[in-house]
Amino acid sequence: MSSSSPLLAVEGLTRRFQGLVAVDGVDVAVREGTVHGLIGPNGAGKTTCFNMISGVLPPSEGRVSLDGHPLDGLPPYRRTARGLARTFQNIRIFSEMTVLENVMTGMHARLTAGLGILWRSPAFRAEERAAKARARDLLGFVGLLAAADHRAGDLPYGDQRRLEIARALACEPRLVLLDEPAAGMNPAETHALLGLLRRLRDERGLTLLLVEHDMPLVMSLCDRLTVLNFGKRIADGTPAEVRRDPAVIAAYLGAQQAEAQTGAVPAEASGHPAEAAR
Amino acid sequence: MWEALDDFYWTYQSLIHAIGVNGILALSVYVVLAVGQLSLGQAAFMGVGAYTGALLTVKFGTPFAVSMIAAAAVPALLALVVGGPTLRLTGVYLAIATIGLGEITHIVLLNWDYAGGALGLSGIPERGGVWAIYGTLAVLLVGFTLVARSRVGRAMEAMREDEAAAGVMGVNLPRYRMTALVVSAAMAGIAGCLSAHVSSFIGPGEYGFESAVRILSYALLGGIGSPVAPVLGAAILTLLPEVLRPLADFRLMVNGLIIVLAVLFMPRGILPWRIARTG
Repeated sequence: MSSSSPLLAVEGLTRRFQGLVAVDGVDVAVREGTVHGLIGPNGAGKTTCFNMISGVLPPSEGRVSLDGHPLDGLPPYRRTARGLARTFQNIRIFSEMTVLENVMTGMHARLTAGLGILWRSPAFRAEERAAKARARDLLGFVGLLAAADHRAGDLPYGDQRRLEIARALACEPRLVLLDEPAAGMNPAETHALLGLLRRLRDERGLTLLLVEHDMPLVMSLCDRLTVLNFGKRIADGTPAEVRRDPAVIAAYLGAQQAEAQTGAVPAEASGHPAEAAR
Repeated sequence: MWEALDDFYWTYQSLIHAIGVNGILALSVYVVLAVGQLSLGQAAFMGVGAYTGALLTVKFGTPFAVSMIAAAAVPALLALVVGGPTLRLTGVYLAIATIGLGEITHIVLLNWDYAGGALGLSGIPERGGVWAIYGTLAVLLVGFTLVARSRVGRAMEAMREDEAAAGVMGVNLPRYRMTALVVSAAMAGIAGCLSAHVSSFIGPGEYGFESAVRILSYALLGGIGSPVAPVLGAAILTLLPEVLRPLADFRLMVNGLIIVLAVLFMPRGILPWRIARTG
């Protein structure tokens, strides 16, 4: 792959829900080895984009390709095999399973045991042993090794988010989609998450695409940003460029003013790009 | 000592057979429940297997092994046909389609003169017996325990908990659903064939909707955390009416009451513990 073509290319992605256009012709190009942020006010269509990229939701129009190979029409499991992994906005770990089993489930596409399961073939046992060791490695990487045998649903909220990241890493992805990884975390947890995500990029060479509302996190972590508003892309560039973009400022201030008038506390109040810059 | 055991067996043989056959049926519905689907077609699959096996034995004199293989294959094919259009979808479509399958099977058996129609099929020679029944049950129990403790078992539990997340983890959802249904139908067919060859008579009435619900209740009472649980549920629900026989007229009432209480106070089954899946 040449350094100029992106690892993930999203072109003209569109999703209509009975007349409502949730995502409207969005283009995103994510370069290998970078952290790319997808930001925008609530309801801008960020999670819908994620669902279409990961194959959970079919797009009305548009194309998605990974490393030059089109993913269009492929079911989620095929995309996972191609090197795509994701986490969910509302945590979706397998809560009845243990923490270790959750991570091992993420390896499903990479394990090949077949009928050998029925007679515990040496190949099956070797594979299972290796998978368990790798799962423990990943748990160590996210700092959850001590909880390996706990029921996943019993973990505190922040740990469940980290488990979801470990489970996504178990898919051996090239690109990880992270849907609001910092949601519901306290400042200390968010700070630890920032370190973890940087290590994913710098130590493991992973490419990340994340949706996030925590602007200080986004601004200090992301190499590049794409901003959505009402389903349309309104800006794209480095954090410094996006922060100065008049359209972005208008979108965020507009959202704040609208919410201020209704008396609601805006979710992005502390997260305006311009504020984070100060 | 052996004489006493022999006496016991002859007195209770139909009950002993029923516990084993129902154990296999409970495992067959467990396979489908384990991937988060609901099948109400187990009685129909059982009936198709029973008629296939019995007809081959009675009309063509095939060896028991051949009848058994056919009794597994024909319901499995039927499952492929029913599963094809329904298993690509998420939700209760399989349950609805299998209810339909049960009704169609019932009507066909009722009107099929070659297979005895409403009078059923009688004079089925005794084959297999208690060893075949419990041997099959044991092999299936061990097999499913081994599968549960592997990547396949983890994928199945993941589907049961959160299908979309399981798909994103790389689980081929349609294939897992289809394999589970086909395996389940084959097992129900085998149970039907085994039971037909120890009861000398089968009729269309034995494989109706009531039986489908009864089979489902084995897994609901026992639980689906491990393969042993539904088999235990089947044993309890088969024995209970017999144990309660001294209650005479109140028998069915108390039987129902016990089931209602068990489901109320043990909603995840008598054996709620899930099997470890990292072995």
